[in-house]
Amino acid sequence: MSTTGEVAAPSGWVPPGALERKHILDNTRSIAIVGASSNPARASNFVLTYLRSSVCDFDLYPVNPRETEIMGVKVYPSLADLPVVPDLVSVFRRGEDTPDIAREAIAAGAKTLWLQLGIANDETAAIATAAGLNVVMNRCVKIEHARFAGGLHLAGFDTGVIHSRRR
Amino acid sequence: MAKDRQWGFKTRTLHAGGLPDPTTGARAVPIYQSTSFVFEDTNDAADLFALQKYGTIYSRISNPTTAAFEERMASLEGGIGAVATASGQAAEFLAVTTLAGAGDHIVAAAGLYGGTHTLFGTTLARLGLETTFVDNSDVDAFAAAINDRTKLIYTEIIGNPSGAVADLQALAEVAHRNGLPLVVDATFATPYLCRPIEFGADIVLHSATKFLGGHGTSIGGVIIEAGMFDWTASGRFPRFTEPVATYNGLQWHDNFGEYAFLTALRSEQLRDVGACLSPFNAFMLLQGIETLAQRMDNHVSNAKAVAAWLAGDQRVSWVAFADLPDSPYHELAGKYLPKGAGAVFTFGLKGGRKAGQTFIENLQLVSHLANIGDARTLVIHPASTTHQQLTDEQMEQGGVGPDMVRLSVGLEDLEDIIWDLDQALTAATAVAGG
Repeated sequence: MSTTGEVAAPSGWVPPGALERKHILDNTRSIAIVGASSNPARASNFVLTYLRSSVCDFDLYPVNPRETEIMGVKVYPSLADLPVVPDLVSVFRRGEDTPDIAREAIAAGAKTLWLQLGIANDETAAIATAAGLNVVMNRCVKIEHARFAGGLHLAGFDTGVIHSRRR
Repeated sequence: MAKDRQWGFKTRTLHAGGLPDPTTGARAVPIYQSTSFVFEDTNDAADLFALQKYGTIYSRISNPTTAAFEERMASLEGGIGAVATASGQAAEFLAVTTLAGAGDHIVAAAGLYGGTHTLFGTTLARLGLETTFVDNSDVDAFAAAINDRTKLIYTEIIGNPSGAVADLQALAEVAHRNGLPLVVDATFATPYLCRPIEFGADIVLHSATKFLGGHGTSIGGVIIEAGMFDWTASGRFPRFTEPVATYNGLQWHDNFGEYAFLTALRSEQLRDVGACLSPFNAFMLLQGIETLAQRMDNHVSNAKAVAAWLAGDQRVSWVAFADLPDSPYHELAGKYLPKGAGAVFTFGLKGGRKAGQTFIENLQLVSHLANIGDARTLVIHPASTTHQQLTDEQMEQGGVGPDMVRLSVGLEDLEDIIWDLDQALTAATAVAGG
C-alpha cells in the first residue's frame, strides 16, 4: 500500500505535505461526502461517524442518489443539489469515476477535492488543479484530521507533528 | 507555505510524540497514572467503543503517557505507528498472534534470545502454532522452510547472544517474494544504530527494557509497523479483509488502510491479552530515549575498546563481536550497523566453564545479572542462566558454548571497566592454571 509516496504525478500534481493538509482542514467548514453509504461496514460510513463525532466541527453533506438519510444526516442526490458551497469534496468512488466528480466539484465551487484512501486518478488531479482547487489523493480525511487533532497520537501513530507551543 | 521540516534523529528523541500538554502546558510528558478516562456523554462512549473516533477509554488499550512513548518510537524507527507492551516478550506474543494462530507456521532464526526461543518453541507450539528454526545466516534455509501456512519470518538484527548479524535486505526479499512480512527484533541495535524498516522490515520489535530505557529501571516492549505491507495482496491474511464481529462488522483493511495491522493489534490482541505498558514505565522509558543517541555513542565506543582489549589478551580464547575485523559478521555489520554493532558481545575464557564461573564471581564493578542495555556494565554466563532450559543441541544451534560469557558494556570510565575485567581474569586464570 503506497499511500505515502510523495512524488509528483504526470499531471503535475504534487501531493500536499503535512502542513498543507493541516492548512486545508483548518480552513474547511463544510464537507460534501460523495459516495456516502448507510452500510456500517463501508469505509464512507465509518468516516462519517468520525466527522460527526464530538472531536470534529464540520457541516456535513453526504451525496448519494440512492440514499436519503444516513445517521440522521440528510443526503443529497448530487453535488449540484447542495444548499451550500462545500469547502471540501471528499470522494469514496472508484478512480475512473472521479474525473466527472472533479468537474462537478468545480461547478459546485469547492476549494478542495479529496480522494480517499486507495483512490487516485491523474486526469482527475489535472482537471481539479487546473481549476485552482487543492487536490489530495489516496488519503483519509478522518486520519488526516486525527493527525492534527491529537486522535492519531493517542492511538500510537506517528503524526509527524513537533511543536514547542501549547495548542 | 513553509516546507515541512524533516527533523533530525536527536531532535525526535526529545520531541516526537511529546507536544506540550494541551491542558497544563507541561513541557515534560506528564504521567497520566489513571486506569480510565471519563466520557463526554453516552454518544462519545459509544463512538469510542466502536472505534469511530480516537480517544482514551481504559489504560489497558491506550493511555496518553504511553501514547507519547509509542509515537516517539514510531518516529525514530521510521514506522507508521507503534503499540507499547508490558515487556519485549509481550511485544513478540502480541505481534505474532495478530498474524498467526493455531495451525499456522513461523520461520525463525535459531540463534534467538532464549526467552523468544522458548516462547515460539514451547508456549506457541502448545497453542498449535508451529515454528521452524533455521540457521540465522542461511537465507536459503529461511526460503526453504516457508510453507502455505507460514505467516511471518522472524529474526533478531543482532542475535542474542550469538552476535549473528541478520542480512535484513536478503530476508526481506525472501519474505516479500512469498507474501510474508519480515518481523525484526531490533533490541540490541536501537533505532540509533539500525532502522530495519529502511532495509525492508515490515514490523520491528523491541524489549524497551534495554538500551531504550537504558538505566535498568523499567520493563517494557514496543511493536512498530512500517505501514508498507499489503495485507490484502498477500492472500495469507484474510482476517484483515473479513468483517470483525466485535466491532459492528467493520473490516480492518477497508476502514483503516495502512493502519490496519496496528489498529487490529491494539483493538483485539492488546484488548484481549492485556499485556499493556504502565504509564509510569512509559515515562521512564521516554526519559531514557531522550539521551539515546548520546548513550549509544558512548556504549559503542566503550564496547569497541573493551572488545579489542579482550581480543588481545592471552587469557581469552575468543571474542565474538561483529565490530571486530575477524568476525564473520563484520561485513554485514558494516552495512547494517555502520555506527557500531551495539555494546553486547560474548567471549570465551581459557579454562572453559569453570574459569568462566570464577571470572564472574571475582568481578567487583561489573554486575552479574540477567539483563543487557543498562547504563552499568553487565555480565552473564548463558549456559547456567538464560539458556539453561535449552538442550545442548539447541544451544549449539544457537551458537552458545559452555565457556561463553556475555558482556553488556556500560557507560563507566573505560579504564575502570578494563581494570575490573583484568583482575577477575587474573583470578579465573589462577584457578584454571592451578
